[in-house]
Amino acid sequence: MFDSLGDKFNNVFRYIRGTGKMSEKNIDEAVRSVKMALLEADVDYKVVKDFVADVKKRVIGQEVTKNILPEQQFVKIIHEELTEIMGKSNIDLTCANIGTTYLMVVGIQGSGKTTACGKLAFLLQSQKKKVLLVSTDIRRPAAITQLKILAKKANASFFDPEGEKDPCKIVKNVSEYVRHKDYDYVIFDTAGRLELDEPLMKELTQIKIILKPHEILFVADSMMGQSALKVARSFDENIGVDGVILNKLDGDTRGGVALSVKKVLGKPIKFMGLGEKLVDLEVFHPERLASRILGMGDVVSLVEKAKKTVGDKEAEYFEKKIRKANLDFDDFLRQLQYIKKMGSLKDILAMLPGANKLKNIPTDDKQMVHVEAMILSMTPYERQHPHMINPSRRKRIAKGSGCEVNQVNRLLKQFETMKKMMKKVTQGKSKDIMKNMMSRF
Amino acid sequence: MLNLMSRLKKSLQKTQSSLTQRMSHIVLKNTIDEDEIEELEEILITADMGVPITMELIDSVRAKVKASKDMTDDIYGFLRESLRTYLPDEWKETNKVKVLLVFGVNGSGKTTTIAKLAKKYKDEGRKVLLAAADTFRAAAVEQLRVWSKRLEIPMIEKADGADPSSVIYEALEGMKARGCDLLIIDTAGRLHTNKNLMDEMSKMKRTIAQHVSSSELRTQMILDATTGNNGLMQARQFDKTIGIDELILAKFDSSAKGGFIFSIARELKLPVKYLGIGEGVDDLLPFSRDDFIEALFER
Ligand SMILES: Nc1nc2c(ncn2[C@@H]2O[C@H](COP(=O)(O)OP(=O)(O)OP(=O)(O)O)[C@@H](O)[C@H]2O)c(=O)[nH]1
Ligand SMILES: [Mg+2]
Repeated sequence: MFDSLGDKFNNVFRYIRGTGKMSEKNIDEAVRSVKMALLEADVDYKVVKDFVADVKKRVIGQEVTKNILPEQQFVKIIHEELTEIMGKSNIDLTCANIGTTYLMVVGIQGSGKTTACGKLAFLLQSQKKKVLLVSTDIRRPAAITQLKILAKKANASFFDPEGEKDPCKIVKNVSEYVRHKDYDYVIFDTAGRLELDEPLMKELTQIKIILKPHEILFVADSMMGQSALKVARSFDENIGVDGVILNKLDGDTRGGVALSVKKVLGKPIKFMGLGEKLVDLEVFHPERLASRILGMGDVVSLVEKAKKTVGDKEAEYFEKKIRKANLDFDDFLRQLQYIKKMGSLKDILAMLPGANKLKNIPTDDKQMVHVEAMILSMTPYERQHPHMINPSRRKRIAKGSGCEVNQVNRLLKQFETMKKMMKKVTQGKSKDIMKNMMSRF
Repeated sequence: MLNLMSRLKKSLQKTQSSLTQRMSHIVLKNTIDEDEIEELEEILITADMGVPITMELIDSVRAKVKASKDMTDDIYGFLRESLRTYLPDEWKETNKVKVLLVFGVNGSGKTTTIAKLAKKYKDEGRKVLLAAADTFRAAAVEQLRVWSKRLEIPMIEKADGADPSSVIYEALEGMKARGCDLLIIDTAGRLHTNKNLMDEMSKMKRTIAQHVSSSELRTQMILDATTGNNGLMQARQFDKTIGIDELILAKFDSSAKGGFIFSIARELKLPVKYLGIGEGVDDLLPFSRDDFIEALFER
């Protein structure tokens, strides 16, 4: 969903890389490209302005050290700034200490509140919680029926307002109704309203006062433009927002709204909507989103990380080995361990452009553990002479590593393929081997 | 009837004062500096005009200022003229239309706009029939049925989950017998990136094409005025798969300025026909290019 923003950044970095050094002018141009990319992603104008100003300040004040390329520094700064905005960890729904938790779902018309209520109920029910759904949307035709249908699908209970036309009275009736029931959650859907609509904002305030919800969730349409912040702010100022649900991310929107809302409200985005069905709600991971926004092209940062861990000498050694295509299992093991030092394979993949499109790569860290165990079960001779590993040796390796023989077979095959592939790759260019090799993973 | 222009202005007012203030000091002198360029950029970007158009306009303003040192026209007038060139000429109503096919992404305002259109045509003396072809979303049929009852306009419906094309087929077949001369079709909201749902939409259009000539069908895309740059992507895809005749911009009573219609007009040459300015059945304004721009830059 954020690929386009990623592509943009990719171009920016390629551009800086091409120029070789960080002059005042090319920082300006690079910063400007970042600005345009963010604006095209619908990030709020002021948020973008502040963001690029911060980045620029940090870049210009920075001394260019010998070992790190200027663009690596640039990328690192953007990475840090973006990560800071996106926040660090995913945050659960607020929950009452004892008894029933009240959730209130608000937003403008058509943002997807009612569907989100259904999805939340479905999610909570699947966690064995008892949920009651309540609609206070007495204005949009059939809004109440819509929630009723969703409640049934989600296996949640539904409160029938029985024709009551005053949202505040509905809330009071519900409080009465749930008193001796054991609901874990009661979710209140509200009518959509525009940020400028004072009477309706007042109505919402009244509902809030009566209900005293544990959490107010603001539903934002991820396709929104520059008015998104005004809307979010208006809801926050009027009733106070505790968390955000970002909807309709299954389309091709670049979703810059996420950045703006997070930066200005400082309220966590808790869930994202990824489709029309009840199952299409996912817990939002800010850190995942941040690396995804950057991931789009953060090769440089990866290389920087790699350099720090591996060291230039090691990189050179590998380069030679690979060029000669006499890589053995010792080298392979060594490399595995470097990767482990650098973080989880998933994290590393998230930093590679386009890696999210690759299939059949062992993103599973468990798989890597197996691979390591198998190599460790090989004798030094076997590691240096992989082609000598015959069926009886394979059996022994399997036994020693707690793996199946076919896993050993697969590893040997993959290793051969990799060697061949590397030979091909390195026949053309021998530079940037390390990068190539990293990107093979 | 209320003066339409004043209603439009009222709905735009809240953003205007600040915008006008900011514009006017640029206008007062004939030079422009980088701060002012940036201010112009902010005005255009925050109106959701999009990056390409904003850059185009800024370039032309720069060029204009450079070319005429003794420039007597103001920048505001120049901008207004430039913006006019993006939007196609005024749209003319033809009386031939027999079928309105209404579509758009989820929650853009289709069903509500259909109620507004149905009322308008009924008031004009047309015999309107509604088709509830959103058989997917929970209570979508019921929502349209409420409007059908309120407006006393008949409606064709089938069970939830029925093939939308079959609802349309039945409605088209039933038009004559019911003495109706205009069919308005409500469809389920769909994201333009969902291929299956876009194919479903093409099928609906083919069903219609078997009954009426292409001049008798009008396809209308409903866009949410609060949309950003995604508006262009939506229109692009719907236009490619179904073909759009005209656009309607709903929720224009929000603080959003809907500037993305300029990007759509620039690339796809599509006219905007109405603005939705509220949830009531009369909250529909005919779109006028000059009024839209005038109101946007009103001093
Ligand atoms: N303020 C305002 N609200 C509008 C306008 N048009 C529609 N709405 C509201 O927006 C919400 C969604 O409108 P619908 O007409 O149900 O939208 P839809 O496109 O049919 O939605 P789906 O069928 O669910 O995709 C409702 O609450 C409408 O009352 C408008 O011009 N202004
Ligand atoms: Mg609808």
